[in-house]
Amino acid sequence: MTLILAIESSCDETACSIVKDGNEILSSIVSSQINVHTMFGGVVPEVASRIHVENISAVICEAVAQAGVTMDDIDAVAYTQGPGLIGSLHVGVQAAKTLAWQFHKPLIPVHHITGHIYANAFVEKLEFPLMALVVSGGHTELVWMKNDYDFQVIGTTVDDAIGEAYDKVARVLDLGYPGGPAIDRLAKQGKADERYRLPVPKTADPMNFSFSGLKTAVLQLDARLKKQGVDVVPADLAYAFQETALNSMVRKTMTAVEQYQPAMLVLAGGVAANSRLRQLVSEQMESYPQTKLVIPPLKYCTDNAAMIGAVGYAAWKHHAFGDFDASADPGLEMPCEL
Amino acid sequence: MKEYSIVTKSRDETHELGEKLGRSAQPGMVFLMNGDLGAGKTTLTQGIGRGLGVKKQITSPTFTIMKIYHGRLTLYHIDAYRMEGIDQDLGFDEYLNDDGLTVIEWSQFMPALIPDEYLSVTITLLDEDQRQFDMNAAGERYERLLEELK
Repeated sequence: MTLILAIESSCDETACSIVKDGNEILSSIVSSQINVHTMFGGVVPEVASRIHVENISAVICEAVAQAGVTMDDIDAVAYTQGPGLIGSLHVGVQAAKTLAWQFHKPLIPVHHITGHIYANAFVEKLEFPLMALVVSGGHTELVWMKNDYDFQVIGTTVDDAIGEAYDKVARVLDLGYPGGPAIDRLAKQGKADERYRLPVPKTADPMNFSFSGLKTAVLQLDARLKKQGVDVVPADLAYAFQETALNSMVRKTMTAVEQYQPAMLVLAGGVAANSRLRQLVSEQMESYPQTKLVIPPLKYCTDNAAMIGAVGYAAWKHHAFGDFDASADPGLEMPCEL
Repeated sequence: MKEYSIVTKSRDETHELGEKLGRSAQPGMVFLMNGDLGAGKTTLTQGIGRGLGVKKQITSPTFTIMKIYHGRLTLYHIDAYRMEGIDQDLGFDEYLNDDGLTVIEWSQFMPALIPDEYLSVTITLLDEDQRQFDMNAAGERYERLLEELK
């Protein structure tokens, strides 16, 4: 039995979890700051960092207590080294190093996105080769995994992340932060309307994504219609944006599945909670019965430390340990043989 | 030359303009990018990165506030979009280096980072694909940069 204590603080959640053998959650404590940041229309780094400092000790104590273990039982301490907000990351890195030093445990630095992919290990045993569609506020990536600890990015956004495009469009439509759930809800009441037709994103590499042009097109369309004295129906505009963005993304994902023929396709990241995305992927994956589809339950889409514990266990098996010199790395790249 | 304006008609032309800026940029320079959502601030920065010889794909830094790329000069790409109304010193200057080029989007929300001398670029979306770039040089080095650009 291997017990990993995992710490996550890359953005606005302070989290600690104890995970057994990479797939069983003994405890998972998350202290969210989302209410604080709603006031500002986004995550505020300095505020985030300060609240992390206030929360982290209590969150760790609670995780250990709820798991019914002591620090002696822990085999290693995993932590998110990057990417993320530098000030926020520092808090988790420092906490992990302190614990590991004090209790003589090995340290495992983890890439945040690999954690999101591994959140699916709590749903089903991961099968390789595996393709992951990672969608969040800061990322839009197709990740190809030949084995359980090799992460090759075969497609990425060339400008904005999908979640960022949602947030910015939501801001223009006055829907507040975070924009993803708001647009998803509103789009359900919308309908297709020729007047709201938006350009399909184009990229030089067919596996890459682009959302900046689409975001600009929404803003321009909104401005143009208002200038013409047309009453813009926010639900219809939200519908047009969401359909255009998600269909483009899902089509590329299906192309990747066709080309790479993975044993499993998993969704990962905050935007994986989007109901329309889940529906589109489920429908279109029916054409690929040889690839198993895993869509994580909503509770595993958002940031948590259990997912860091899950990938931490894979890293543990690969002896991917870090040292005490390591510091937060906002531009960290995923471990990949290539 | 203190001021220079130019209109680009496509993403490629915006990239080319950025590329010229990147090629002429000198260590320690700061470029301020102003313009609404969708104006083309990140697109111009992608061109600047290309002019600096950055190999990695330059993407929007909105989510993490700062991204760092390595080329002929280190490129510090900062986006203060999320900092509106936040009046605190965030210590980003600690990560900046005199040997690099710093590009700041939405710099009005991070006034503490703005040095005495800089190049400001104000981008206006004219219509679908046309964008106007109004550049202003504050400081001799930046005036010479605009001469080269012409």
